[in-house]
Parts: sequence; structure tokens; C-alpha cells
Amino acid sequence: VIEESVISRVLGAALRTGGDFAEIFAEDRRGTMARLDDGKVEDMASGRERGAGIRVVAGDTTGFAHTSDLSETGLRAAAEAASAAARRGGGGIRQVELNRVGAPAPNEVTVPPESVAKDAKVELLRRADDAARQSGSAIRQVSVVYGDNHRRILVANSDGTLAQDDQVKTRFAVTCVASGDAGLQTGRESAGATVGFELFDTTRVEEMARRAATQALTKLAARPAPSGTMPVVIKAGSGGVLFHEACGHGLEADHIAKDVSVFAGRVGQRVASPLVTLVDDGTMGPEWGAIAVDDEGHPAGRNVLIDQGVLTDYMWDWLRARKEGRASSGNGRRESYRHLPMVRMTNTFVTNGTEDPEEIIRQTPQAVYVAQLGGGQVNTATGDFVFGMIEAYLIEDGRITAPLRDANLIGNGPEVLKAIDVVGNDFAMGWPGTCGKQGQGVPVGDGQPTLRVTALTIGGTAA
Amino acid sequence: VSDSAPATTADPAESTELSQLAERIAGRAAAGEEVEAYVTRSRETEVRVYDGDVESVSSAESTGVGIRVVIGGRQGFAYAGSLDDDVVGETLAEARDNAGFATPDEWVGLARPDGVPAAHMDLWRDELAAFPAGDKVSMAVELEKAVRAGDRRIRQVESSEWGDAAIESAVATSTGISSSNRRTVCYLSVSAVAGDGSETQTAYGFSVGRAPSELDMDKAAGDAVERATRLLGASKPHSARLAVVLEPRITATLLALLGGTLDGESVLKGRSLFADRLGEAVSVPSFTLVDDPTDPAAYGATAYDAEGLACRQNVLIDGGHLQMYLYNTYAARRAGRASTASAVRAGYKSAPGIGARALTLSPGDSGPEQILGQVGTGLLVQSVSGVHSGVNPVSGDFSVGAEGVMIRDGGLAEPVREFTIASTIQRMLQNVVAVGNDQEWLPGSAVGVTLAIDDVSLSGAS
Repeated sequence: VIEESVISRVLGAALRTGGDFAEIFAEDRRGTMARLDDGKVEDMASGRERGAGIRVVAGDTTGFAHTSDLSETGLRAAAEAASAAARRGGGGIRQVELNRVGAPAPNEVTVPPESVAKDAKVELLRRADDAARQSGSAIRQVSVVYGDNHRRILVANSDGTLAQDDQVKTRFAVTCVASGDAGLQTGRESAGATVGFELFDTTRVEEMARRAATQALTKLAARPAPSGTMPVVIKAGSGGVLFHEACGHGLEADHIAKDVSVFAGRVGQRVASPLVTLVDDGTMGPEWGAIAVDDEGHPAGRNVLIDQGVLTDYMWDWLRARKEGRASSGNGRRESYRHLPMVRMTNTFVTNGTEDPEEIIRQTPQAVYVAQLGGGQVNTATGDFVFGMIEAYLIEDGRITAPLRDANLIGNGPEVLKAIDVVGNDFAMGWPGTCGKQGQGVPVGDGQPTLRVTALTIGGTAA
Repeated sequence: VSDSAPATTADPAESTELSQLAERIAGRAAAGEEVEAYVTRSRETEVRVYDGDVESVSSAESTGVGIRVVIGGRQGFAYAGSLDDDVVGETLAEARDNAGFATPDEWVGLARPDGVPAAHMDLWRDELAAFPAGDKVSMAVELEKAVRAGDRRIRQVESSEWGDAAIESAVATSTGISSSNRRTVCYLSVSAVAGDGSETQTAYGFSVGRAPSELDMDKAAGDAVERATRLLGASKPHSARLAVVLEPRITATLLALLGGTLDGESVLKGRSLFADRLGEAVSVPSFTLVDDPTDPAAYGATAYDAEGLACRQNVLIDGGHLQMYLYNTYAARRAGRASTASAVRAGYKSAPGIGARALTLSPGDSGPEQILGQVGTGLLVQSVSGVHSGVNPVSGDFSVGAEGVMIRDGGLAEPVREFTIASTIQRMLQNVVAVGNDQEWLPGSAVGVTLAIDDVSLSGAS
């Protein structure tokens, strides 16, 4: 999108009045979204956004400006604004020589979404709607969303980095409302990957629709969730968000640097049950959080964060790594060219254990069984975190019994990690997620095998 | 001060350039086609300070356009992050193409002038543009200092922030709508960490205004300090059923959720817990809920909605009785009613949905301390978490993580953390026992006010 000679000149201009580091992040993003609701294709929307964000770092101060004007004039204006914001005096002429970063794509994209007719996308919506409505007469409403996104980025900086990535993501989600004597209930199913339209070679939208519908219908008979502390068994691939909240955010180096994480200063220490090995892996294609390079031009990595219960490392972006004199771990990400990068997760998961998942349930006398978690939230400084269950059941005498209504669960990260007493051998990745941090959303994946936590607080209303 | 005038624009001086651009785009409608253009421009600054030093300064201008085309009952939408002529042309063509894939729907269409005059409100302060960048940095530095000095138990300030934005937008349609809005906003925000190593508690404070002179730094700092330190020593409480007193910012969160359930489109589509309940007593007689974006004191105040109709006061719940739902043009036509001018957009990237902008509860007689006395025994809630994961706006199930202070003998007692509070939206409305007289406008779509609700489940230690 931008000539190398222009990049060099703009980086030079950004550093003319001082500064240790300058960076151009250019982005060209196209997306399509189609939504069916109430039996009708209501919306077919598409958009394009293109622009660049320029960052200048002087000492501990970062100046940032962005522009949608990718001409040399536009980029120079943004560079000057960023430089003025970071200004420290000094200055001089800086010559920037660029070296291309080679990083393999996490996977191949075989059917770019822009090569697929809009009719074919709309057809998927209809098929899902039909399948959901045929699942039961109590299904009152069905909403189906198809989305694709093609994001091309270029990152160049005054250290000489020049990197590009071409990121294609496709997603599909079905939400159903069922109506019964006790009111309305909802069911949801979601799929997404860092691929094009070939997502639908392996994802059957009818099956997704039936699962969403069944979830809503099942919940019509749901009873209020318990109120209080008890064991919880979490189904494989349904609850990676637990780790995303319980420790993922707390292992981001920006929280560590400010000493606002309960995991600060704990590398080398036991922070979790020995059954827990936690990995963040941006190279894990075609999962939702996969990337070739991060939004600072650093190749994605597979980073073991907790190894058999022992904290091995945090996640790093360029800024935090520089301060510690180490390399970035490939976790510098941003929502768009309008945002500064910060430490973010990619695909975060707990690796396989050895137990048969059926056996885990059989050996649990009294518990809540979570078949699907929704989102969550954490306070990294205290470690307290919540996450919502949108499909859950009681376990009574080693069997899954009554469905439960939606509720949040609450726990404390360090305590919950130690309270994991059995891990299954049925690892699976979960739904595509959007992780929010300081107002920026980025795509992330998560996953885990079936596992049991000996005590979590269930936020229901039943005595 | 709010008064009504038969004006066609809220502020004659504003945004003529954006309005003209929107009108030019709408003017490109072909025969048998309706076109709506929404254009927006914003200038934003954000300063973050950490440990006495500037951590980052961001400043930029953003523009964007969202275009809707309706052809034969089919709607298409496209957007772009640029107002360049060629980009706008491509976006219009793309919206037109997208319309061909929608299912024909007789109720789809753009807004038409409805004769309702716009409130004349001045939501723009030239003072903001004249405020020097250096002063923004100084204010964030001062705020951090004030928090650190506020109590010796404050061990860290995670971030101290200044932010401001000047936002202009215009909507024009080929059906005769032309409107524009503009407003300025600025804020100070700080996140305090209290503790001594063995324990950590956090809280944030903020102040919001349309101009720097409207900001209250002492309040932002004081709130953060008081709220973080009063949680020190907090333990996990035992499960119980009790009365909760919601602090104003928590009430604002609850009201915003409630507003979402009164969306007329959700009602039509069978996904509102309040469907078929018009006229019924959904709450207690003291509960009157109004959405009034024409109140210039409200953070969400705006003269025109996202489809270019003049905003108006909508009484949603009157004396506990459900009076109406909120509508945009589509939902109103389908329901056989008039739009309540409640169209909202999440920026230029989305077609208009429905939402409340300035929900307010009629104030009660008591201040927060009197309400604590009235409740006697219960829980003061100062923060909630997991609102997006634990509240189901269709079923009404409500379950959130919380922090706060127990109420005993009508006063504040020990702090508590790591528990949830749960009920259903339906039950909480019926169990309102007091509305405070301490209204304050907060960022978001609802007013803050102390609110007491009985019979809520606290889940904690067994």
C-alpha cells in the first residue's frame, strides 16, 4: 500500500525533533456482514476502512496520531502530530533501513470471502433459520449473523522492521428465543476461524442452528441456579474464558509493570494445580486469535505461560519488553490503526490431561456442570473474576440432571487455579471471542479439556 | 435550560459543511430509491499519565460515512472511514448492491419529517478547542498526585487520564430529512490501588463535562480514594437474601439494561420480557422512568436521533405502570405507531437500531444516608462486574459480581468482595423500596441515583 521509500521518509520525519522509536502501522480492512432476523434477511452491510497510525516513543512517553490519508503528505502530518505529542527536545537526522520480517501464515486461506457471491452468504442464513425453526414449535425467534473480515496490515519501524500480514476471518452465529410457561429463554451457537468461506466445509450451519435451538428449548425447563459455593465441572471447549479471566489478563506484562496483577513477581513459583499447563499461541491456525505477525510486526509465538502449575513467563509487547531488555512475545495487538498497541492474548488454552471426561462426571457427587460459558471480566489487581454460564446443569450423584437458568460465577484467579483437581483428555477449542481491554476489542481464541474446580461461587437465586 | 423552537437545526452555526455533504449524497437517489447519508467527524485527544510522567498522548481526527439505500422494501447498508468523494461514491454503490440481497419488508423505509420541533440546546463549547494540550497533561498529572496524596494506603495509581472529544454528525435523506448535531465532551478518570502488599483493593473515580471548567478534579480523586480504601479488609460474605442499596453509578447501569428491554423492535419480535404488558404495573408506584434526550444536562442529550428526527421526552414507566416502548422508524411503522425518535447508531459503521439516551428516574425524598437508615440491614453495592455475561435481557435473569459494604443498624459496616448479587429484572422492579434524591448525570444513557431494592440473593461463602 505504501512505498518503502515513503515509509523511510515518514519515519525519519517522525524522529526529526527527537524520540527513540517511530512506527507506522497501516491497515486496510474490508468486511461484510449479513443478518437474518424474524425470518427476513434484514441487513446486508459492507464496509471499508483504511488508514495509518503513527507512534513516536521518547523516553517513557508515547505520542500517537492517526490518519485516513495514506499519501505521503497525510502520513507526514500524522508523523509530526505524533512527534509533537512525544516531544522531548534533541533531534537530528535518522536514517531508517528496512528489513522484511519473514513469518509464516498460521494457515492457508483457500476461499477468500470477497470471491464468494453475496447470495451464497445469504443462503447460509436461510438454511440456519429453517433448521432452528424446525427444532420445535416453542422456538419463537431466530437471529443469524454471517460476518467476514479481510484485514491487511503493514508495520514498519525505526528499528528497521518491515512486516506485513493478510488476515482473513469468517464467523457465523445463531441465537434462538424459545417461549414457555416460565417466560422466554435463549440459546446461542457460534463458530469462527481465521479462514475464508471454507469455514463452511467443516461447519454445518444446520447443526449449529439445532444446537442453539435445543439449548433454548432445554432451558425452558431450567430452574434457578444455586446460590453459594460448590464444585463446578466445565465441559471441554466451553470454558477457556475461565483461564482468559482467571489468569490470562493477569499475565499481561503491562499489568505486571504497574504492579496491578496478583501474578506480579511470581515467575518460577507454583501458581496453579500441577495439572494446569497454560499456553498462549498466536501461530495456532486456523483458530480465531491466529496471526502471522502481531500489530507491531513481531512474529506470533507459542508461549508457555504456566508449565505444570509453575509460572514460566508473562506475555509481552514491544514497549514492555524493551523496558525489561528482552524480546516481545508477539502479543502486541490493537483493534485498528486508530489505536495504540498493548499486550493482548491470542489463542489461550489449557493443554490435555489424562482423565476420561465421562469418568470425571461419574466421580462428582454434587456440582454444577457448565456446558457453555459466555463472557467474563476480571480485576487483575485483586484477582477476582466473573464469567457467565449460558448452558448449565446440576450434577447429582455423578449424573447430569436439571438444566439451570443463566448466572454469573465468581472466583479469585490464584485460588481457582489451585482448586483444579482433575483434567480430562478431551481438549477442544471454544467459540471465537472478542476480548475487550481499555476500550479496544481484538479477536481471541480459547480452549480447555473437561476439568473440575473444587469450589466456585455460583451466582444464582436458589437457596 | 431547555426550550423548544420551530427550528430545523439545533444550532444554526453548526456543521453546515457536514450537512451539505449528507444532502449531496442523499440527492444522488435514483428513481424508486430512498437514500440516507450519515456523516460524522470527531476530534479526540487522550492523555495518560503514570507515575508523574506522561505515558501516552493520542490525538487525531476521524471521519466516516454510513449510507442506507432502500429499494422496493429492501435495505442495504455500507460504510467507510473516509469522506473522500471517490470513497463516498463506492460506498453508495455498495449499499445499493447490498439492498438486492435483503428480503422485501413492507415496513422498511427511511424517516420522514414529522413536524416535531427540535429542542434548542447548546452542547458545544468552544472553550474545549481553545484548551491547551499542556493543560490537559497538567490536569492528568495533578489528578494522579491528588489520589496518591489522598490517603497513605494508596500504593499505586494504575492510570490517570484526560480525554476529550468534539463530535459532529449530520443525517440527510432523499425523503426530506436534514439534521445535524454537535457536542463536546471531556473527562478526567483515575484508577486507584489501595493496600499494603498483603491485600489489594481498587476503585476508580471520574468527572465528566462539556468543557474543562465543568470538571471536578477533587470529586474524581476523592471518589477513587474513598472507594478503594473503604474496601480494605474486605472478606467474602455468607450467602443471604437481603436488601441492596445501589450507588448512583450502579443504578445507571441497571437503568441502561432496563432501557434495552423496552426496545419496540424486540417487543415486536418476541424477545422482550415486557411484551404484552403495556398498562400493567411492572414496578412500584414511586417508580417513574423517563427517557429525555432534550434535557441538556444529560450526558446523552442530543437534538436529533440517528435518523434525523427531533428527539423528544418519552415517559416509559409512569407510577410503576408500563406506558410505552421505544421506536425507530422501522419498528414504529411495523407497530402502527409514530417513531419516538429513539434511533441510535454505534458510530457510522452500523445502520440505526433502537436505544434510550437519557433515562431518568423521578427522584424520591431521601438522600443516600437516609436510605441506608431506612434499609437498616443490607448491602451497599459500589461496583459490579460481568454485566454483559450475567444479565439476560430476554429472560430477565440478573446475576453480577459485586463489591461493597454491609449495612448494619442503618450505617455502613464491614467491606465485602468476591460475591454475586442475583434476581430477575422483573422482580427487582417490583422490589424497589426507595429512590434517592441525589441525581447526577453520568457518562452513558442513564442518570445516576441511589436506589434500594429488597430481596436480592447474595451468593458468597456457604
